Amino acid sequence: MYEQVAFYLFSVLTIGLFLVTVLSKNLLYSMTSLAAGMVMISGFFFILGADFLGVVQLIVYVGAVMALYAFAMMFFDATRDIKEKNANSGWIFLLGGMIALMLVIVFSAPIFSENIQAIYPSIPGATNPQSVGLVLFTKYLVPFEVAAVMLLVAMIAGIILAGKKMDQSLTTEDDIVKTEVISQEDEK
Amino acid sequence: MEIVNVAVLPEVTSAGVIIKAIIILAIISAIAGFGTYLERKILAFMQRRLGPMHVGPYGLLQIAADGIKLFTKEDIVPQNANKLIFKVAPAITAATAFIALAAVPVFPDFTIPEWIPLLGGTFVPSIAADINIGVLFILGMMAAGLYGPLLAGMAQANKWGIIGSARTAIQFLSYEVVTGLSILAPIMLVGSLSLVEFNNYQQGGFSSWMMWQQPVAFVLFLIAGFAETNRTPFDLLEHEAEVVSGYATEYSGMRWGMFFIGEYANMITVSVLAAVIFMGGYNDLGFIAGWLIVVLKIAFVFFLMLWVRASWPHIRPDQLMWLCWKVLMPVAVVNVVITGFVMMV
Repeated sequence: MYEQVAFYLFSVLTIGLFLVTVLSKNLLYSMTSLAAGMVMISGFFFILGADFLGVVQLIVYVGAVMALYAFAMMFFDATRDIKEKNANSGWIFLLGGMIALMLVIVFSAPIFSENIQAIYPSIPGATNPQSVGLVLFTKYLVPFEVAAVMLLVAMIAGIILAGKKMDQSLTTEDDIVKTEVISQEDEK
Repeated sequence: MEIVNVAVLPEVTSAGVIIKAIIILAIISAIAGFGTYLERKILAFMQRRLGPMHVGPYGLLQIAADGIKLFTKEDIVPQNANKLIFKVAPAITAATAFIALAAVPVFPDFTIPEWIPLLGGTFVPSIAADINIGVLFILGMMAAGLYGPLLAGMAQANKWGIIGSARTAIQFLSYEVVTGLSILAPIMLVGSLSLVEFNNYQQGGFSSWMMWQQPVAFVLFLIAGFAETNRTPFDLLEHEAEVVSGYATEYSGMRWGMFFIGEYANMITVSVLAAVIFMGGYNDLGFIAGWLIVVLKIAFVFFLMLWVRASWPHIRPDQLMWLCWKVLMPVAVVNVVITGFVMMV
């Protein structure tokens, strides 16, 4: 009973929060509801007994959305509404419709799911992190390593893009220019 | 192991969990209030002052005076602020701090005596939610707690607030990696994420404490814990001398108080984590009983936070990023690799 109540509660909250994310024109509302929705999704993992994945969901998305906030803070005034430019509403309509159709197909697939069976059933007695680790480092080792290499590539690329003038401090450079200007004016 | 536990302990009912939650809320917020008094007293003694002396004997009733002041102060919401987010933000800090405490063992198990009406015979567990990934859950919830300062700063339409929330984001992105990596090496040694397992691993007395096996991880965890709770070397978010009050500039009354209840609850959580993971947990130490020694350890870590606040100046945001990414993170990674090699050999 509790599980059903919790499931419907989390479902309604998740859908509602993500609707706010998409529909709100206020930056703070949409980002906060995005973060809250991600937290609500971790609730589903807890209901399913996958504590480890739930916590991973929590930690990863809390950090990821926090980084998004940082960008938002740099570019927008958070207390005002944002004027959106929707030039090609036809395209948006088409893409949105396609995605909705795809989601319907994906979610209705379990109706025909009598053929679907777990290829790697969880080992009885193993705790949550252990069973995740076993599958990750045996059956899915290659995808795991590929993902690791991809992240490494992204990290190195990021460092190279950002790190060209890392040793020079922009503020001290400004100060030098200013003091030079002032000293020149003094000479005049 | 778990099956044995279930057989020995009485059944954990939902009533027991709810009672536990109420106990945690009541006692931890009281201790958090008392913590502010302790902090002022200890800081005062370290600076050769007396601290609060006027209200009550030895200034003890200062807590009550502060409480009355916070509750009755006018609650101001700035005109141009995003009002909903402004009002929600303090609740996030306080709520996540207490949710994190749900997975921490606070006080021993007990059963309510039978003669009490309604609730008699209910078993109250020592951990409200005994999930076997306790450490990760606590760290995740404490990380989510930083959304409080972040949203507060962005919603209040105040430049100091924006600076405060920018510093929150910087601080979060800096220390989060160090916390995870520093605690990873002890997790590898114990082979579990459960705080009970951490405690059992260190049963052999003083010499088996994790901090002797993992001194580097202990220091890194403490540093990251200070950053996590905004304690002084890293209290960038609301440093009065620089950014007025940072994210809390526009707050007054109880909303302001909720930020600080959350901060002190987080300090207690970090103290509990340090005591259980690195300092031998609640095992008996010689003739001192386990429950007493764990309280002493928690109190010591709490005192350490105040001690550091009295002794050290705070650092700049760029210094924090430099410290976390260029010093602490490589050290933590090397520590994890060495631990792995030692375990393999």
